[in-house]
Amino acid sequence: MSSTLDVAHIKRDFPIFNEEMRGGKRLVYLDSGATSQKPIQVMDAEREFYSKHNAAVHRGSYYLAEKASEAFEGARARVAAFLAVDPDEIIFTKSATESLNLLAVSFERSVGQLGIKPGDEIVVSELEHHANLLPWQQLAKRTGAILKWFAMNSDGSLDLSNIDQVITARCKVVAITHQSNVLGSVPDIAPIIAAAHAVGAVFVLDGCQSVPHQPVDIATLDIDFLVFSGHKALGPTGIGVLWGRAELLAQMEPYLYGGSMIETVTMASATWASAPKKFEAGVPNMAQAVGLAAALDYLSEIGLPRIHAWEMQLTERALQGLHAIEGVTVIGPQGIDNRGGVISFVIEGLHPHDVGQVMDQYGVAVRTGHHCAWPLIRKLGLTGTTRASFYLYNDMADVDVFLDSVAGARDYFKKR
Amino acid sequence: MELDSLYQEVILDHYKKPHHKGAPTGEIQVHHVNPNCGDEITLSLTIKEDKIQDLIWDGVGCSISQASASIMSDLVTGKSVADAGKTLKEFTELMQSKGTMKGDEEILEDAIALAGVSKFPARVKCALLSWMAFKDAAIKNGATL
Repeated sequence: MSSTLDVAHIKRDFPIFNEEMRGGKRLVYLDSGATSQKPIQVMDAEREFYSKHNAAVHRGSYYLAEKASEAFEGARARVAAFLAVDPDEIIFTKSATESLNLLAVSFERSVGQLGIKPGDEIVVSELEHHANLLPWQQLAKRTGAILKWFAMNSDGSLDLSNIDQVITARCKVVAITHQSNVLGSVPDIAPIIAAAHAVGAVFVLDGCQSVPHQPVDIATLDIDFLVFSGHKALGPTGIGVLWGRAELLAQMEPYLYGGSMIETVTMASATWASAPKKFEAGVPNMAQAVGLAAALDYLSEIGLPRIHAWEMQLTERALQGLHAIEGVTVIGPQGIDNRGGVISFVIEGLHPHDVGQVMDQYGVAVRTGHHCAWPLIRKLGLTGTTRASFYLYNDMADVDVFLDSVAGARDYFKKR
Repeated sequence: MELDSLYQEVILDHYKKPHHKGAPTGEIQVHHVNPNCGDEITLSLTIKEDKIQDLIWDGVGCSISQASASIMSDLVTGKSVADAGKTLKEFTELMQSKGTMKGDEEILEDAIALAGVSKFPARVKCALLSWMAFKDAAIKNGATL
């Protein structure tokens, strides 16, 4: 397996890299953890859908409606192939956030194994993005269930020493991230999944930071639900994915009600279509689904193992460089073990906002603040961090500009 | 360098040695947060004989938010409610000017150093955080602004 990528070639597929940043600088885009840039192949796929196939899916009996349905269901099949699952287990949402809200609301409405009752327990962790905390926190509030969580260690791992107290016989749902969006740390989820299943709970994996960057093997992980967002995986905004085990989806109540999700309707009652349609009320984001399929094709063609290996090389060089800059502290894992291509750091005496502002002068795009994971930031005793996240279109030259800009930020405020 | 128009010397001076910063002591304390970045400010003041008095604030934030709080507290302390309101209005307009205004130095004094912030939309909220806290606190103390 080759561990280098032809990044110069890849960059040419992304028109955004032709744009000049402030002061005429080239773009060093290190915020793929927030959203990825889009290759021309994805834009072309959306354009082609609108140009040649646009009609409301699953409705008309005319030629174009067939074409639209084919394109949309073809996209579903490609997402399913990407994850090596059945297409009927793939639900298109507008975002990973919506996927998680869908699960929480559906569990609230469902009966039986998945239904949430007062006294039931829901488990998350301190690593979670707000999108994988708030739907569960509020579900617990609404239903009288109890929200519990795994604590985070200072290196960004999870403290599993009390796993038997956190996951008990009352536990119904465990929802944990595959990789911290703030620190890049990868929690040891295997024992958590086993513990959840041992008590009959379902396990939800937030794959937003992993699915776009590395192979995620659902069968080996033995999870029950997976969510990820299209726009972090080179795809368009407005499209997210929820994968769920067929037998669980069959037991679940809908999230949104409306067109296309029904079996029969009378004025007083209705029955639901089977999954995935049951969860896709309204005309879906068709062009975006098609765009996402093109994005996953793009990633597959290069190969996720290669992409991951390359990102880890970039990350290693960036970490070594950061460790060598006086006054800079890397937050979370210090080396490349148990982490992905996301690095958080702070500069002594400087607020992340000010750091990011100076880095912007170098054309470097990084995220600053609490990264939608405020409890994690508080736990670390910080007000925020500066975060760099890498993807397949970054090269070693990007890392070098990044390191220059970090040193530049430190020096800018030091000398003044 | 464009950055120097943002980080003017007077801003960094206020950032390093902020004025009126301490534990707020007033009965009415307001707490404002910038949810985008997590910056926070707690502020209290009193109004005596129609004048803004005893303004104390504490908080965490970037150089822009901290300097702005320091400059604001210098500016409004001792002013009549009407004059403080005028200053607030002038500063708010300056921040929303997208770099097209320089600011009236007679009214804004040190705060004109923050004019460069208006060219950086993501930072305008940083500069305004303490001013909005001041407005809130003044209103809660009975002022009409």
